[in-house]
Amino acid sequence: MNAPPDPRLHSRSRPRPRLRARRDVVVSLSVVVLLVVCVIAGHLLLDDAALRPNSAPRSSPPGVEHPFGTDHLGQDLFTRVVKGLALSLGIGVLTAAISTAVSAVLGICAALLGRRVDGVVSWLIDLSIGIPHLIFMILLAFTVGGGVPGIVLGIALTHWMSLALLVRADVKQIRGAEFILVSRGLGRSPLFIARRHVLPLVLPQLLVGFVLMFPHVILHEAALTFLGFGFSPQTPAIGILLSEGMPHISSGMWWLAVFPGLALLLLVLGFARLGDRVRTVLDPATSNG
Amino acid sequence: MPRLVLLRLLRLATLLIGVSVLAFVLVRNSPIDPVQAYIGADVNITDEQLARLREQWGLDRSPVEQYLAWAGTLVQGDFGTSTLYKAPVLDVMGARFGASLALMGVAWTMSGVLGYLLGVAAAMHRGRLADRVVSWYSYTLSATPTFWLGIVFLVVFSVWLGWFPVGLAGPQGVPATDVTFAQRLHHFVLPALTLSAVGVANIAMHTREKMTDVLNSDYVAFARARGETTAQIFRNHGFRNSVVPATTLQFAYFAELFGGSVLAETVFSYPGLGSTLTEAALGGDVPLLLGIVLVSALFVFTGNLIADVVNAATDPRIRRRA
Amino acid sequence: MSEPILTVSELGVGFVQYAGGLRTRTVTGIAGLDLEVREGEVLAVIGASGSGKTLLAQAILGILPRNADVTGEIRFRGERLTAARRRRTLGREISYIPQSVTNLDPLMPVGRQVRIGLDPRTARQEQRRLFARYDLADEVAGLYPFELSGGMLRRVLFATSVRDTVRLIIADEPTPGLHAEAVAEVLRHLRELAAEGVAVLLITHDILSAAAVAERVAVMNGGRLVTVESASAFTGDGDGLGHPFARDLWRALPQNRFSAGGVEWHW
Repeated sequence: MNAPPDPRLHSRSRPRPRLRARRDVVVSLSVVVLLVVCVIAGHLLLDDAALRPNSAPRSSPPGVEHPFGTDHLGQDLFTRVVKGLALSLGIGVLTAAISTAVSAVLGICAALLGRRVDGVVSWLIDLSIGIPHLIFMILLAFTVGGGVPGIVLGIALTHWMSLALLVRADVKQIRGAEFILVSRGLGRSPLFIARRHVLPLVLPQLLVGFVLMFPHVILHEAALTFLGFGFSPQTPAIGILLSEGMPHISSGMWWLAVFPGLALLLLVLGFARLGDRVRTVLDPATSNG
Repeated sequence: MPRLVLLRLLRLATLLIGVSVLAFVLVRNSPIDPVQAYIGADVNITDEQLARLREQWGLDRSPVEQYLAWAGTLVQGDFGTSTLYKAPVLDVMGARFGASLALMGVAWTMSGVLGYLLGVAAAMHRGRLADRVVSWYSYTLSATPTFWLGIVFLVVFSVWLGWFPVGLAGPQGVPATDVTFAQRLHHFVLPALTLSAVGVANIAMHTREKMTDVLNSDYVAFARARGETTAQIFRNHGFRNSVVPATTLQFAYFAELFGGSVLAETVFSYPGLGSTLTEAALGGDVPLLLGIVLVSALFVFTGNLIADVVNAATDPRIRRRA
Repeated sequence: MSEPILTVSELGVGFVQYAGGLRTRTVTGIAGLDLEVREGEVLAVIGASGSGKTLLAQAILGILPRNADVTGEIRFRGERLTAARRRRTLGREISYIPQSVTNLDPLMPVGRQVRIGLDPRTARQEQRRLFARYDLADEVAGLYPFELSGGMLRRVLFATSVRDTVRLIIADEPTPGLHAEAVAEVLRHLRELAAEGVAVLLITHDILSAAAVAERVAVMNGGRLVTVESASAFTGDGDGLGHPFARDLWRALPQNRFSAGGVEWHW
């Protein structure tokens, strides 16, 4: 019967075509790439001399020469913020990569290695969700003795859970597929199956997970360094810039408090938007428009 | 229903044991020597005294023995002595727990109610101005570092406008007993505002989604066909179908709430559990650190437990079957 | 002749859809439809899914999807059915018996759902009376939809729609998934309502039910009204049916398959 397509199949709200979602991804991606390129270029081009005390007048408000102003030691805040963002990006990539790897390994193991492993992983997930992230990170930073390894490990080990759950669900769906059963019948080891058959299929999921994780990772890095974990004082990390600026805001140096955070906010916002939009394209059902 | 609660309680117990083991292992492997941290800069201590302290704390025994001994004292309600405050950990925590609880309680309630209302408003005006404002707010706030928001509030409300003091739960130099309620409140507003502003984002976005689903449901279409007005639809169907998920979510938000309070308390020098935790970790105060980790985990697990129970108790499909 | 309750003339329903980029196209749901339902009459509208019969119900009730575009005129008791008039009449003079049991709020006891729209002072009494009429025990009022059988839910849906003031009932597929006995019961309820003077618009894809309960049967296909036949013509090998499409439909039924000239229809 040549009846017209039933329009009620589309939701009550206006239909949102995939094409527009894809265009949104391209826009978001361009913004993020531009931001990242600027930060890296700034990091490479800006003179480290600006980080030496008294290289500029002390405590001067934002102006032409120092767009973000200078701090009480006479360091250019703009240079420090750019360097801080570069540091955030570096730590972010490293941490999100580790966390994604943990999600992949645990998620795949839970789905492929039987009920008992699954039970252990889901208990681990509950446990990790249960401890407030920041507290677990502080604990780990304490154990590793502060420094970069402490915060990287702490953040990586608190962000894998939701992605691991997704990976597990994905793998559970495909584990009954014929090609996997055949492979199993041929006596292939679970490791072989995981590497050859499963990993390629969950790769897009991992990529989206990585991008979605990224903003949280950078935010937590800033929070930890703000609290005094991770880097030594005077390192140009966003958290440290802010905690160093804090005592001076009561004497009116508002720029020390505003710019580092605003810059971080923009970076995080860019990545968060990108992550959401990529997810919309790949999985329109769970997106929130 | 009672079975579900029992199962959840059992799980809670295993999780708590897990956390205690994990925390203990982590802390034990830290490069900080608890004895050194305890005596601090006191150079007048003899080697003999040092050895006695080590023995007293059981540092010469095997890890398993140490854990069991520690867990044993924990169960008896003895959390050890804080090396920073030279006072029982329970007393140190007790004094601060109330302050944190007040802060988190107010932020939790305010963000919950406000976030729910904003989410409902956004869903009911989906695609229009109200929705865009709420979505934009939620999106930006979830990308904002909590501590930075606190700093910005400090700059704006304390430094520029001079409405609020710059820190601490009471004026500096005044004994805690002399601090009036008004002064306390004065120092309480900004941290509570910071935590609430951040918390709103989460609940608003989720409620917006849930409420949109409800409004697109068959039963709301039927309600429209029966002539129910928008207000009636919200009262009869929208509220009952969206408030439980929102409540559940808000209870499950305890973990982030606690993390947020650590930051907010640090920014505003608010003497609660959160700022004390940072102090303990930076100052190598192992007993206090462990104590706060356990208390916070208990707090979060309890939140998740309540979320499950609320969900089961209010949804007739679960309540009447289980 | 009895008074016409519902008059639909030149009704068109289109849907605006994105066709890639910024271009939009309009998909036709219903075109040029004329229909009349009279007091005390059951008019059945039959057609396959996608024929536009459910859209017709949604257009009358004003619950079409947001991207729908309606043209033409719908009159209720002689007056144009505008948004304002719908607000006054829906649930009072116009009732809807929906297709699916998911149209009941899963978190509200069914008794309360029946009481919505009733005068609060007498609502409880009235609901008891309705429950008794549809053979539902009093205790059922406190149960949630998931605790009721399909047949009971169907009767609850009937109870939500019956009001003293009702003049038009639109029943959208009230029978699928029910066993023969329950179908007969639903049809009997519809006849009862018509006997009380209500105009009933029955939307169904079940020709046998339609022919059994209605006076007239409207046949829709591809968003258009093909023909309106007298229900009594749906008998034997359908020689009394005026339109060949209606005849083909009738002869395509499994029990009529023996007759010659039948085209096979896949519903």
